[in-house]
Amino acid sequence: MTQTDFLAGLPIEIISAFALIVMLTDALVERSTRLCETLSIVGLLGGLATSVYLHLTMPGQTAFGGMIVVGGMSTLYDAIFCGAGIMTVLLAREYLTRVGGMYDEFYTLLMMSIAGMMLMGHSADSMPMFVGLEVMSICFYVMAGLMRNKLSSNEAALKYFLLGAFASGFLLYGIALVYGSVGSTAYSAIAAKAVSTQFPTLFWVGIGMMIIGLGFKVAAFPFHQWAPDVYHGAPTVVTGFMSTAGKAAAFSGFVGFIAPTMASAAPGLEKAKVILALLAVGSMLVGNITAIAQSNVKRMLAYSSVAHAGYLMIGLAAGNAAGWTGITYYLVAYLFMQIGAFAVVGILERENGGNLTLDDYRGLARRRPGLALVMSLFMFSLTGIPPFAGFFGKYYLFSAAIQADLTWLAIVGVVSSVISVWFYLGLVVTMYFREPLGEWEGGDAGISTRTALALSIIGTLVIGLIPQVIINIAAR
Amino acid sequence: MLLLLTLLVPLVFALLLCAVPSGKTGLHKTLATVGSVVAFGVSLALWFSFDKTNPGFQFTTNWMWIPSLDIGFRLGIDGMSLLMVVLTTFIFPIAIIASYDSIRDRQKMYYIMILLLQFGLLGVFVSLDTFLFYIFWEVVLIPMYFLIGIWGGKDRIYAAMKFFLYTMAGSLLMLVAIIYLGQYGQNGGFTGDMQKLMTIAPTIPMDAQQWLFLAFALSFCIKVPLFPLHTWLSDAHTQAPTAGSVILAGVMLKMGTYGLIRFNLQLFPQASLHYADLIAVLSVIGIIYGALVAMVQTDIKKLVAYSSVAHMGFVTLGIFSMTAEGVQGAVLQMVNHGLSTGMLFLLIGVIYERRHTREMSEFGGLAKSMPVYATFFFIAVLASVGLPGLNGFVGEYLTLIGAYLSDHLGSKLYAVVAASGVILAAVYLLILFQKMFFGPLAKSENSTLKDLTGREIGMFVPIVILCLWIGFQPNTFLSVSETSSRAVVGVIEGLKGENRYADVAAARLNPNAPPKPVPVQGMENMKIAPPGTPLPPSPVPMPSSTKEPIRVKVPAGGGQVQLPPPKR
Repeated sequence: MTQTDFLAGLPIEIISAFALIVMLTDALVERSTRLCETLSIVGLLGGLATSVYLHLTMPGQTAFGGMIVVGGMSTLYDAIFCGAGIMTVLLAREYLTRVGGMYDEFYTLLMMSIAGMMLMGHSADSMPMFVGLEVMSICFYVMAGLMRNKLSSNEAALKYFLLGAFASGFLLYGIALVYGSVGSTAYSAIAAKAVSTQFPTLFWVGIGMMIIGLGFKVAAFPFHQWAPDVYHGAPTVVTGFMSTAGKAAAFSGFVGFIAPTMASAAPGLEKAKVILALLAVGSMLVGNITAIAQSNVKRMLAYSSVAHAGYLMIGLAAGNAAGWTGITYYLVAYLFMQIGAFAVVGILERENGGNLTLDDYRGLARRRPGLALVMSLFMFSLTGIPPFAGFFGKYYLFSAAIQADLTWLAIVGVVSSVISVWFYLGLVVTMYFREPLGEWEGGDAGISTRTALALSIIGTLVIGLIPQVIINIAAR
Repeated sequence: MLLLLTLLVPLVFALLLCAVPSGKTGLHKTLATVGSVVAFGVSLALWFSFDKTNPGFQFTTNWMWIPSLDIGFRLGIDGMSLLMVVLTTFIFPIAIIASYDSIRDRQKMYYIMILLLQFGLLGVFVSLDTFLFYIFWEVVLIPMYFLIGIWGGKDRIYAAMKFFLYTMAGSLLMLVAIIYLGQYGQNGGFTGDMQKLMTIAPTIPMDAQQWLFLAFALSFCIKVPLFPLHTWLSDAHTQAPTAGSVILAGVMLKMGTYGLIRFNLQLFPQASLHYADLIAVLSVIGIIYGALVAMVQTDIKKLVAYSSVAHMGFVTLGIFSMTAEGVQGAVLQMVNHGLSTGMLFLLIGVIYERRHTREMSEFGGLAKSMPVYATFFFIAVLASVGLPGLNGFVGEYLTLIGAYLSDHLGSKLYAVVAASGVILAAVYLLILFQKMFFGPLAKSENSTLKDLTGREIGMFVPIVILCLWIGFQPNTFLSVSETSSRAVVGVIEGLKGENRYADVAAARLNPNAPPKPVPVQGMENMKIAPPGTPLPPSPVPMPSSTKEPIRVKVPAGGGQVQLPPPKR
């Protein structure tokens, strides 16, 4: 390991080191929750800062024999992961204490999963991507089951683990088949061979299996079946983290391996585009239509996150520069609005799944006008109504599709956005237009929860009003 | 700067309102009223400093917002938008004053929503960037949704959702069209600049143009609403609070017709010619159907809501006659409908507050107990029917003339059938008036009703003055929009080789060229020629040296529109 290698991996190393420090603190110091919390935030900020520093000093350099890239898009991914991590840390203590799942290991697991995600975001080769994915997933399996004396949480962890392991198998097998036909696991080599591929069937079967494996991780139709149960059973803060940072990491891997291939204009690529487009269509329609039928807010958001994976896949199917920019922008926007929405859900949630049904949200505008307003903001943004962040995200993705002569895909996206109006605005209807039912408590938030909420509000508004901020970085 | 100020005043006052504690209801009312009156004042300043002879856009701002996509904060108005802006700022103070007594619940939020609605509506009428236009178009949705959903009637949730879903479905397709259209921008990149698009759009291949036309038209026609896309309107109107109905009928429906002129006619003249008959047929169906359905309503508010469908049919018919008379009439009719239907909704609000019912059978003989109310109601009915001397007549007359004389519509029958709609309007509105105000005072509740208060009279008097003004002196308003209407029509006539308004159209497409003064006269300029006779002499002096008409040349393979150099 040369000095360059060490430097290039510094953000990941810092975060892994802090994960270990947090673990030791937890073991050695009594009542260490607040200390662990602080250490995690320091570690995440440190990782983010080094990543930005590297982006400024050695952008585009590779390390570890071309397996890892530094700077550019990967820095933006780092920012997404660390941002999601910081917000989750801010939200976690209060929520987990209330619902009875406060174990300090949570912070270690969170940091470890972020280290895995960053490895995925930085990778230029399928092997580190797979390793990162596994690190992330294993942490997720444990985090989903954090409330260990709750049945639904255990169910979520087990389901996620079994199906997730299966999907990882697909991904690895795909990588192996591609390696078998190309002789390399590097993205650039795959792209180069895709043009002059000598083993078309084997190669494309491998690519297809990789799409299945990653499609599972982003919860795209038809590999989304795990998502509602896991998102529902896992602690709400974990759900928020998994559905944003986890999805972002999987997409960073997706874009990383598929973008060079798409740029190569290889024969047979049209078929891959059609498959991705069909996955997108299925995810958008199935996610949104099923979400209408949900009466539990967490499940509703879970199904809608399937739909959002669909919107993001429009960018993959378009396979052009606008698509990659759109995906990155959308991931940032989604980070703020989805974590924000789950933060509100978490604030309202009580022990044993209390206050989670739509009926519990009736008349929230009268009881907690502030929370109702904030939630409406996130709902409008998730629907894609300007001038909030979600709108610009959809805008970029749809325009990528139109540029790639996939206008029909943009129209399907539009239609499914209209479908999503029904349940997103249905929640606003419930909060504002309906009268409350019975006695009701909850809705208090401490200072750290408020900070996280404020961050997501500011994010949703600022990158909605000044999208150029993200575009400039993402368009590199 | 003046334009920007008009746009921002409601937003600033909405933000100010946010800072006021929710208990101080008096202050909310005052702030909202002051805000809307200030906006009206600023827009009057805009009115008086507007240059009627300039065919280009005025008071423009051009600030980059997203440079990589050529999206900017581009504002600017022509005569048509000016009329819409002033109509908006005029209606809002009245709508706010009308809410003083009727809104008792969550007042702070209510007035914030009203002011945000005004901000959005003004934004729609002044944006010169497709992207910005779309944003304002959607911004309008949210406050209206809350206005119907929170302060509405019994079925408000159903109405609010229906309203939102209908409009959203249309507007998202418009978004796809905006993106698609923008991709034809310079160097293959996106552009939102309307002025650039005005030269680019006509060069788009015809089949793409037709799809774009349809996507835009669908979105706008839902808003208008054109038959058969009107079903959301009656629900939204009946469930909305009075001020909501007034704004909905008075201003929001005009977003649709404004969009039809600004986008469909101006950007896709060829496609407009292609689809003119379709829209004309639907307009005429709307006129007759709306009137027939209005005739059988027992709920007063529903009756007026359906009459809106009929009245807006005249506007779309006038627009797609694509003659100067028709477009001018349509623009004026947009203002007229805002005034007379807005006033009818206000009047219905007044009686609803007193009696808490809108069933026609509950009333009768009100002329005896509420003579002042009856007088105002009669004026509003007559204005809506289109009695000469009041505003409705001029607008309807011009649209019908336009439709009759149009070379672009396939048949004279449109105008003939539409004219019968005027008679139908008289039937249902006069029956309404008769049932409510004449006959014996059968119900005891009606005999003790309080007549209009000073505040209420104060709301109606400005509207009545304007109705009379337009009725007797329409040139005050027609002359404002004349140049912009001609510029729109000029492009379309250019396609057919006519040149009456060619130089106005050319001047608009070339904003950088020095503005050429166009003589503006009023109605006397609109020579009405029977079909088949040679064209009347152009109001614009034409060079006698050349016999060749000025044509907008559209290259077959796409590319820039080549405009001949302006001739003197």
